[in-house]
Amino acid sequence: MGSTSAENHGTDGTAAVGRRDLIKRSAALGLISVPTMSFLSACASGGGGDDGEKAKAGKKTAKNPLAVNESAAMEFVLFDGGFGKEYAEDAVKIYEKNFPGAKVKFSATQKIQSTLQPRFNQGTPPDLIDNSGAEQMDMGTLVGKNQLADLTPLLDAPSYDDPAKKVRDTLRPGIVEMGQFDGEKVWILYYAYTVYGVWYSRKALAALDEEYPETWDQMLAVCAKAKKKGIAGWTYPGKYPYYIPFSLYPMIAKVGGAEVLDAIDNLEPNAWKHPAVKACFDAYYELYRKGYILRGTPGLDHIQSQTAWAQGKALFLPNGSWVENESANVIPDDFEVTVSAPSGLDSSDKLPFGTIWASGGEPFVVPAKANNGAGGMEQLRIMLSEASSRNFTSKVKSLTAYNGGTDGITLTPGLKAGVAALEKAGQNVVNPRLQDWYVQLQKEKIGVAGLGEMMAGRLTPAEAIKKIQNFADEAAKDDSIKHYKHQ
Amino acid sequence: MQHGKYRFIVGFLAVPLGLYALFVIWPFIQSIYYSFTDWTGLSPEFEMVGLANYERMLDDDIFWKSLQHSLLFALLLPVVTIGLALFFSFMINVGGRRRRGGPAITGVRGSSVYKIVYFFPQVLSIAIVALLFAFAYNPDSGAINSLLRGIGLGELQPLWLGDPDLALWCVMAVLVWSTTGFFVVLFSAGMASIPAELYEAALLDGADRVTTFFRVTLPLLWDTVQSGWVYMGILALGAESFAVVQIMTTGPGGPDYSTTVMVLYVYQKAFRDGQAAYATTIGVALLVVTLAFSAVVLRLGRRERLEY
Repeated sequence: MGSTSAENHGTDGTAAVGRRDLIKRSAALGLISVPTMSFLSACASGGGGDDGEKAKAGKKTAKNPLAVNESAAMEFVLFDGGFGKEYAEDAVKIYEKNFPGAKVKFSATQKIQSTLQPRFNQGTPPDLIDNSGAEQMDMGTLVGKNQLADLTPLLDAPSYDDPAKKVRDTLRPGIVEMGQFDGEKVWILYYAYTVYGVWYSRKALAALDEEYPETWDQMLAVCAKAKKKGIAGWTYPGKYPYYIPFSLYPMIAKVGGAEVLDAIDNLEPNAWKHPAVKACFDAYYELYRKGYILRGTPGLDHIQSQTAWAQGKALFLPNGSWVENESANVIPDDFEVTVSAPSGLDSSDKLPFGTIWASGGEPFVVPAKANNGAGGMEQLRIMLSEASSRNFTSKVKSLTAYNGGTDGITLTPGLKAGVAALEKAGQNVVNPRLQDWYVQLQKEKIGVAGLGEMMAGRLTPAEAIKKIQNFADEAAKDDSIKHYKHQ
Repeated sequence: MQHGKYRFIVGFLAVPLGLYALFVIWPFIQSIYYSFTDWTGLSPEFEMVGLANYERMLDDDIFWKSLQHSLLFALLLPVVTIGLALFFSFMINVGGRRRRGGPAITGVRGSSVYKIVYFFPQVLSIAIVALLFAFAYNPDSGAINSLLRGIGLGELQPLWLGDPDLALWCVMAVLVWSTTGFFVVLFSAGMASIPAELYEAALLDGADRVTTFFRVTLPLLWDTVQSGWVYMGILALGAESFAVVQIMTTGPGGPDYSTTVMVLYVYQKAFRDGQAAYATTIGVALLVVTLAFSAVVLRLGRRERLEY
């Protein structure tokens, strides 16, 4: 064993630095630092979007309304998540058939940010990106820094199936608005369409001799009945409590009107202090107080809570329509997955029962500095055709932004319930924007530190509202994030 | 023979020093530079903003929370890990009773098996360890709560990672579990090179295990312990704490920011919120904390060198 630490030798060896040395060193430092700074700034802004490299426009024809250059290469990067990549590969094949001279480079990855961030910094991004998943690049920042192309030309182009109809007229309600941040420009096209709400097993409810409760008193009664049989009323992903809003926010809209949610999205002062918010928080807190929440729920992640729910340990689960695909291997065959719009308080609610949260998922963007942006948009136009949309729905059990295209394919129980819920909702579809405008506020602050704490019984509704209002006020004051308003 | 010596040394050192400057020093300079900009990480355009990021950091409650947690990691984890590792390696190498015909100085019975058992967690990637423990801590069906139910403590079902008072300790326990083995092996190697005569002399003088440990083993092992201390502290401030917090805890970094550590906050700001410049600012703070930690440990740990 040696006591070989270097410091013993070095304590007096390295001693005094003479004055002359010091001067020499600082001069050298100065010499280095001048070119350093210019090199550094070149480093972050390397390449810097040279517009001259962009592909020239092709000939605009009926079959090529976006004037895609028929021989220009097109690059498409897809998020390889719950929906897989097959649907996109199928659409790429159509692009290749339509433009035989074009070389298409298609890749699928889960690491959207790590793959693409350097390319945005160099100014050489691909032509079409599915910016999704855990490594999603912050949309607010991309828009704020002018990194995305306006998709209006695509929306105003004739649709793939019917030249008389514009693409924008074939989309589900809310899709175009979701792609806007402020002003008319549309930055994002959400390809999937997600129905959020309360998910349950129709069979389990039938076993209790119950229907889905429309008012909160009925909800509590159903939970009480379930508790007697040893079944919890609710569970939720306690580690990711920002799933609770999937049913809580539309309930707030139902009780107090959609403008309450708009005020919340706009970060208006005291938006959270609206009586409807308090009433709904109280209602949810009642679930905790009466012991209707599955024991241990605050420590479960989304998969664990979904599994407990699929095993019949709890009746209700706030979630989105991907849950059917995601938990397919644990959901029993006779489960009859169903989604319902959230229960309201009582008959004095502003909006009818059926008010639901549905909105786009899988955000596709075309970078402003793409070489072949028109090609990227054309690829999206192909994906928004009825055939491609139908292909997506039948492969991954999810709706698309294309309005329709579900006839003639066998829908899974959850998907069928989602379509029915949308029909019942009619115009009463709400779309809270906090989760795409202010990711950290929604997920971490309101979700984990506010709602999560309240549902675990560590905050009262009044305390939770106060805390959340503070978070919202902080976000409204924070200049480092871009602020948005409902138009 | 002296002439050309320096040219010879410089010739050999130029390349490694150049590489070191390019890949170690340069990124440091770069990130400090970026902390004075408003770079988002998603666009090549940015401007100098002076000290704005630093001002913002000082006002940021979450930053202070993460600093607190990181400091707790850096102070507590080395104490517990190294303490345990010293105890285990002493028992494995020195602490045994003398057996007939065996060497005078030996470990407890079965010590070679223990050595492997302790080292075993080290071969698992920290990501796997974190995942395994995330399952074990599951309050509904996890191993720990099932065990509690099994032994009749069904009323005691803590939420573990879901409880802001417990989450940080749960995470620390995992780090202790996964790193102690490394230090057991490190200290065992150190103890193996302490001459047996010293122990025999101590035994002849009638020293018991505790005295032997504090009077012979620890002083002769001090340098290793000190390096281990710095190493563990840096692990606790950096990569390892990031992995366990990111994988295991609510949010991640919760419940209610109860486990947010500085590295995690850097990651979130850079790769989730599109605020790369602010992230580098926190990174600079982390650099300062790490350097201060190493300096303090090396300073406090300095003591007379023992020759043998």
